[in-house]
Amino acid sequence: MTSPYLRPGLPAPLPSDLDRPYWEGLRDERLLIQRCKRCARFQWGPEWICHRCLNVDLGWTEVEPRGFIYSHQRVWHPVHPALREQGPYVIVLVTIAHADEVRVVGNLLGDPLQDLVIGAEVQGVFEHHADADPAYTLLQWRYAR
Amino acid sequence: MTPRSLRGRAAIVGIGETDYYKRGQAPHAEFKLALEAIVNACADAGIHPRDIDGFASYSNDRSDPSRIAAALGCKELRFANMQWGGGGGGGSAAIGNAAAAIMSGMAECVVVFRALAQGQHGRYGQGTAVPDVDGHAAHTVPYGLLSPAHMFVMKYRRFMHEHGVRQEALRAIAMASYAHAQENPRAVMHGRPLDEKTYDDSRWIVEPWHLYDCCLENDGAAAMVLVAGERARDFPHPACYLLAAVAGSQYRAGAPVHNTPDYATASFKTLAPRLYAMARMGPADIDVLQSYENFTGGVLMSIVEHGFCSAAEVNDFFVLDNLLAPDGQLPLNTSGGNLAECYMHGLGLNLEAVRQIRRTSTAQVPRAEVSMVISGPMVTPVSSCIFGSEATL
Ligand SMILES: [Zn+2]
Repeated sequence: MTSPYLRPGLPAPLPSDLDRPYWEGLRDERLLIQRCKRCARFQWGPEWICHRCLNVDLGWTEVEPRGFIYSHQRVWHPVHPALREQGPYVIVLVTIAHADEVRVVGNLLGDPLQDLVIGAEVQGVFEHHADADPAYTLLQWRYAR
Repeated sequence: MTPRSLRGRAAIVGIGETDYYKRGQAPHAEFKLALEAIVNACADAGIHPRDIDGFASYSNDRSDPSRIAAALGCKELRFANMQWGGGGGGGSAAIGNAAAAIMSGMAECVVVFRALAQGQHGRYGQGTAVPDVDGHAAHTVPYGLLSPAHMFVMKYRRFMHEHGVRQEALRAIAMASYAHAQENPRAVMHGRPLDEKTYDDSRWIVEPWHLYDCCLENDGAAAMVLVAGERARDFPHPACYLLAAVAGSQYRAGAPVHNTPDYATASFKTLAPRLYAMARMGPADIDVLQSYENFTGGVLMSIVEHGFCSAAEVNDFFVLDNLLAPDGQLPLNTSGGNLAECYMHGLGLNLEAVRQIRRTSTAQVPRAEVSMVISGPMVTPVSSCIFGSEATL
């Protein structure tokens, strides 16, 4: 198992009633996105009802963790004590393929100084934090080969 | 039936502020700073604070209007208003709310204020210091997306990509603020000019934003006094009328985890047409602009969305000479703004817009009759407003 992209000490994600299936899915290496059971459209970030048809009965559908870089940033200035020794790191906003253009935030694995290319295809990588209490998994990205 | 409009129905008759301090260095409590700014604004208007009957603020200001009214001995309180939303998005909205209260007869004399002592109450530019996060923050914070710069730079990077914006455009915005601050002895950066090399050599906060693309963090307070338009001539200074104020944002601007459909925007696309319609003006009528700089990239998108240039023209439009008082095409942030005068969540920009109408700015635009403020780009809701001299009514 590879070590996490960012140094330890950042706040950990805590599942809530809004998004518990998402976090449980990541632990099983499955990307689940909210999908309306009536109009069958995806939506993200998680909402309590469908913003299109106002249906309250939302489900979760597994999608392939592939997408395209919609935007990006290379962070240099640390704003959290955990990142003081981190050096630069990259955050990407990824449009998930085949899921109504929903976007997710993650880190782009690899050299933090690599070229950042909007539109490039990326592949999801499940980053397990098994030693955390409670354990959790983040969804990271690398350029698709 | 005439369209419902704020145009000319209220006027700013007093402005006041405290000294501006570096973050954490204010010698007084935040609440006392608020009182000092309000007392100064009342003195400027030639009124006694007891005659204020309403307060409007934004961004969850901590100074409670009931406590302010008690501290100032106000005879009665008739209006206590908070514009929802964070950052500086509510600056011009609070002025619009105050004017609406006056126009509707809910209040007679309303103070708009903002007080900040970040040293006493935590800091905006710092990430969260908790062991875990839930809700929407759980989908960003664990990836190191923590600060306002991180939240907004992703929008600007996308805009920059779509329209081929060069770094020099941002540099011109930063240099205009610093150039104007050199004329303004109140400015925190007075005596500290910024040249191209210093900007270029400065460290990245987050690409493509250098240190000088990011606002200051300051302590202080600012306030303004509003009354009905028909009373504006009874006060000591040349009348400054509110010609329009709008607030809001586009469809699903508040969609979580960076899923706003129209993403690469400062959130003004739906507001600007309403602003100009209410003022019965267009961008060509604006003599001078104060545009909220949380980050220079937000200023650039705000100015495009208010129609001063198209997205295709930004590299030609955003050059320093165009942005400088007295005779640039669009004099911008003439007090030094949030980058170089003081970061007072942008209300200082509204005070400066009033000074331009009074012709008392330290970087005065000659014959300024119409003065605009754009508040809080990239947050939601945002707001903007237009002030005018008596000649514009
Ligand atoms: Zn639906």
